Amino acid sequence: MSPIEITRRALLEGTAATAMITALPDHGASAQQTPTGGAGESELMVRLQINGKTHSLDLDIRSTLVDTLRERLGLTGTKKGCDRGECGACTVHIEGRRVLACMTLAAAAEGKEITTIEGLADGDTLHPVQSAFIGHDAFQCGFCTSGQIMSAVACIREGHAGTEADIREFMSGNLCRCSAYPQIVAAVKSAAQIQGI
Amino acid sequence: MSIGQAISRLDGSRKVTGRAKYTADVEVEGALHAVLVPSTVPSGTIAAIDAAPAEDAPGVVRVFTHLNTPKLAEMTNPPAGQTIMPLQGDRIFYEGQPVAMVIADTLERATEAARRVQVTYRNEPFATDFIAGLDRAEARPLFGLPPDSSVGDIEAALSGTNVRVESVYGTADRHHNPMEPAAVTALWQDGRLEVYDAVQGVVDTRNTLALALQMEPQNIRVRNDFVGGGFGCKGWLWPHEVLAALAARELSRPVKLVLTRAQSYTSHGYQPASRQTVTLAARSDGALTGIRHQSVLAGSLSGDHVEPSGWGTPALYASPATQATHRVVRLNRGNPTPMRAPLEGVGLIAVEIAMDELAYELGIDPLALRLRNYTEIDPAEGKPFSSKKLRECYAEGARRFGWSSRTVEPRSMRDGRNLIGQGMATALFRTFRSPAKVRIGLDQSGEVLIETSTQEIGTGVYTIFPQIAADVLQMPVERVSLSLGDTNLPESPMNAGSRATLSTGSAVQDAAAKLKAKLAEAGATTPDGYAEAVARQGVDRIEAEGDWTPPEEATHAMYSFGAIFAEVGVDEDIPIPRVRRVVGVYNAGRIINPKTARSQMTGGVVWGIGQALLEKSEMDQQHGRFLSKNLAGYLVPVNADVPEIDVSFVDDFDEHVGPLGARGIGELGAIGVGAAIANAVFHATGIRVREVPIRPEHLLAMAQSSY
Ligand code: FES
Ligand code: FES
Repeated sequence: MSPIEITRRALLEGTAATAMITALPDHGASAQQTPTGGAGESELMVRLQINGKTHSLDLDIRSTLVDTLRERLGLTGTKKGCDRGECGACTVHIEGRRVLACMTLAAAAEGKEITTIEGLADGDTLHPVQSAFIGHDAFQCGFCTSGQIMSAVACIREGHAGTEADIREFMSGNLCRCSAYPQIVAAVKSAAQIQGI
Repeated sequence: MSIGQAISRLDGSRKVTGRAKYTADVEVEGALHAVLVPSTVPSGTIAAIDAAPAEDAPGVVRVFTHLNTPKLAEMTNPPAGQTIMPLQGDRIFYEGQPVAMVIADTLERATEAARRVQVTYRNEPFATDFIAGLDRAEARPLFGLPPDSSVGDIEAALSGTNVRVESVYGTADRHHNPMEPAAVTALWQDGRLEVYDAVQGVVDTRNTLALALQMEPQNIRVRNDFVGGGFGCKGWLWPHEVLAALAARELSRPVKLVLTRAQSYTSHGYQPASRQTVTLAARSDGALTGIRHQSVLAGSLSGDHVEPSGWGTPALYASPATQATHRVVRLNRGNPTPMRAPLEGVGLIAVEIAMDELAYELGIDPLALRLRNYTEIDPAEGKPFSSKKLRECYAEGARRFGWSSRTVEPRSMRDGRNLIGQGMATALFRTFRSPAKVRIGLDQSGEVLIETSTQEIGTGVYTIFPQIAADVLQMPVERVSLSLGDTNLPESPMNAGSRATLSTGSAVQDAAAKLKAKLAEAGATTPDGYAEAVARQGVDRIEAEGDWTPPEEATHAMYSFGAIFAEVGVDEDIPIPRVRRVVGVYNAGRIINPKTARSQMTGGVVWGIGQALLEKSEMDQQHGRFLSKNLAGYLVPVNADVPEIDVSFVDDFDEHVGPLGARGIGELGAIGVGAAIANAVFHATGIRVREVPIRPEHLLAMAQSSY
């Protein structure tokens, strides 16, 4: 956790945002704010560490992590289903924990280790959860799948994959309108077993 | 034989690694972002609109309003989702109607500028309350067909009979909510439009867009690789698609538009609420003598959709007289549209609860009552069913569920504090068929490519069509791939109404057979000789075109069937109904891939659980808008809501429906479940709830009376 949690709401509130940013502690010496005209608009140089690679980019301070991944970095595996923290489609890992990328400002993720669905497999070798999802047919359209898998990996790591009831409960933040739920539970269960958890 | 094998999805590795590209994922150099400004009132006119604050905002390229948007053609619904075209005038027909579209260089800037568009409305009285409008329901055509139909003499049947039940049933407004929000990226180049669009039918979208923009269809190309679910709302052409295309044309720049989740509640339809009066008349031995099904549906002033909730009713049972009527209450709301499951998905809630009521009235087991009225011919058309193994479905379902150990009396089964209820219902869905064309080719390395314009919306065509071709060519399915979602490819129909496998799959089979014949001519009699034969011919690939057209006159009535059994538990003091298990046994002809088919039916059952217990879009009648335009207030089932679901098929080969022997399954899974659950709730509690979703408040009387 960073010393200051910048909430998205605070940043979106125009002038308050500017104040917050200026007040940022030395959070990477790179954080440089450049006003670009228009009320409350400014840019920030942000360094993001994603799937083991470092990206430096000038960001609109309002940019969420999901939009930055998708619109700026071409990492479109992370999906945006609601942009309001309701569906889980945008789930990524920050420092190993599952986080909703639509509720996270890109600037707030600076300096932290971010893992997206693109960074999960080891080269051509799928992560056991990815293989289990294919084997158990744990998706249909696939749109929720990146988020489900990122959540599932964390769910197993958290120790919440011991029973089916636990899996159901701890995977309920990820909606699947195709409703592959029973297969998701089966996939998580078998991946946890394969990983010996 | 790869048909009938439980093959894992061939697009699986793309979907689990994030490499599958959905519409909003397609990177287009220099694309501008469009954000819509929806009307905040349901009725009136725009008195003034000031776009200047938005135009002056950083990065804004253009703000479109009704004052500067070029004229679009007048449209009919269908093929447009509504008749009201966007930004064509100052009149407001529904809350959420686009009143402006802001185009800027980034999404953040377009979003901010959209907030700055100042709109002043001249409000007018509005009607958004369906129930309050029931007395002004009108008779309007259903897809051009008459709203009423009947077989036999219904009045005589209802008057001269032993037993009669009649009640009014209700279903709620529901929103599709695919996880992928509607998305479109349009590019304009040299008088041609290229559109990436998350739709269930690229060809239909192209043709309808051409009408709206008054362009030649051949100057428009519509594409998608993967669609993140549709469930009906990505079928017909909706205003946001027209607007994105129009903006690209006006600005000669690529334009990307992705609806917000909130906008999706007012932008591409919903399943309309219904009030259905069902009257069943029967002899004391249970034989039905008449079924009257009178539906009143919510409709809109912005289009012509009338949900055909009674279309399937006459085909259900052996009743000598049946009548189905439809009326619509037009409201100041966006236009409804088909949603999984349309037609019988709405209508059977009423009819199948009524059947349960009749069973109790007669003192006959609900399953026995269905069997008593079993029919081998469709009473509506007097034709035999193309294939109907519903009897086997009932028997297998009852066996798997343990129906025979159910005690008949309501409130007679319990598990600790829970009252247990068991209910059942019939599922039936009409078969839709459409012409389809396919091209197939085999190259020098022996790889097969199928090309057709169909879409992958999650139903598994990336896997099923290769299976069909591999089956004909006697090749491993891994060597067959599919290119789809492109109007430049041979045309196949929209993925809607469960028609893709049957229609396009038949064309795949035809094309593969023709390819096989060509390869044989080239000297390849066995699969190992295919690649060599291509090389010998000195060509890159040998190709064949295939097609399938349903015969004009159908000799048989075509429906898919199912028997659904559900068990619920209701805590005696806190009467929250919960589904404990569901058994569904289906008959839909030949099943091409049991693995993907099982997933589809399981998903359908979960949709049924949502319909029965959770999903309802409440109207705020004060402001004339849907109240919860988000996934927090609109309840879709989550993992913890889903119990044990046991789905299976009574497989057979339907020789009349098409050469594949397969009928549709996509909608079928979502049918019958709602009624089975409602019937189980009655059995558990003794309270007959005649509307869905069934919520704790419906059962409060029970909790109170037990004190
Ligand atoms: S997009 Fe982030 S939770 Fe839905
Ligand atoms: S697979 Fe389609 S939403 Fe989950």
